[in-house]
Amino acid sequence: MVGLLLVGHSEDVVRGLVAMIAQAAPSVPVAGAGGLGDGRLGTNGLDVADALRSVLARTADDGVLVLLDLGSASMALDVALDELDVAAREHIRVSEAPFVEGAVLAAVVAAGGVDLEAVAHAAERAASVPKRTRD
Amino acid sequence: MTDPRPPQPHDAETAATQARVVDAWLRCAASRVHERRLWLTELDAAIGDGDHGINLDRGLMAVLADLDAADGPGDDVGALLTAAGRRLLGVVGGASGALYGRALMTAGERMRVSAGEATPGARGLALVVLDGAVSGIAALGRAVPGEKTMLDTLVPALEALRGAPTDLPLDSVMLGVAEAAEAGAVATIPLVARKGRASYLGERSAGHLDPGAASSAILVRCLADAVATAQRDLGENGVDGPAPGAPGGPGDELAPQRL
Repeated sequence: MVGLLLVGHSEDVVRGLVAMIAQAAPSVPVAGAGGLGDGRLGTNGLDVADALRSVLARTADDGVLVLLDLGSASMALDVALDELDVAAREHIRVSEAPFVEGAVLAAVVAAGGVDLEAVAHAAERAASVPKRTRD
Repeated sequence: MTDPRPPQPHDAETAATQARVVDAWLRCAASRVHERRLWLTELDAAIGDGDHGINLDRGLMAVLADLDAADGPGDDVGALLTAAGRRLLGVVGGASGALYGRALMTAGERMRVSAGEATPGARGLALVVLDGAVSGIAALGRAVPGEKTMLDTLVPALEALRGAPTDLPLDSVMLGVAEAAEAGAVATIPLVARKGRASYLGERSAGHLDPGAASSAILVRCLADAVATAQRDLGENGVDGPAPGAPGGPGDELAPQRL
């Protein structure tokens, strides 16, 4: 099954998002990295690398979709990717989707057993899902 | 870029000297960033997220603890740079931790690759460190000069070093490098940020000194002092003893070297 990696600036936000996914799609492998420890906000590439290894170990070769929140989350992911074997990087795809909405939608779709391409596509659709139904 | 002088006869001794330069540089950086951490944080509060000084201080204090725990700087300058880079990456966090970490790791990698070739001396070390830092930061940050970043400090410093006449005494060269870095940092004030958190402010980022450019200027000044000090100890470039006009002022607070 396709797994998810969540990279954010806040440990609380990332932990909360992991909990939302665990409730909506408990079978989906997910790992998160957020904050700098001690409650400091920020991203740490070495923590991201650990989280990435953890989720890769649970997805066989089905792949991992990465969701980012802001700014340096992308740079932390680049640092983490450099820590990985080149072969492992082929199983990773980075999403442009909004962090919370994209992650939850991706998890629900991934739980259906579709491939990484389909999960990535579903996540990006999250950007255009309306918050309030219009008349 | 290679040093124009022929290979040194005492490579091991030179490698140990380079490691001492890096050790002195990192100790100086830890000390001066610690003193200026509140100023750097205030700069960052104006256009970023207000943690640059505190986080960089925390990372450099961890590097300092590693240096203190080691049995002297040793003679593997590549490993020394790489270990410090990894420590910054893990402890500083955020964009600045990733960028400075990558800068030191790239410099360390290049020193390892060049080991066994013509030993580049203190001047060559400065060149590899600055060139590695610029390459590493530009690649990871996908940045170019003029975007109100660390590169606006580091690129002028590298150009000053590359462009210096080879017959100019190294301490004069390094003084010029430090001053080019500081001028580059000051020149970020009117710029509009194109990278990082400050770029969210758009035009409102103009009028503020970039905190990353400011901390880079501190790091370059320390590198210049460490290299110039090593040159005086070694008598490189035929200059023996303290050279007249050597950078003084805040440069004299270098922590004692462990030998």
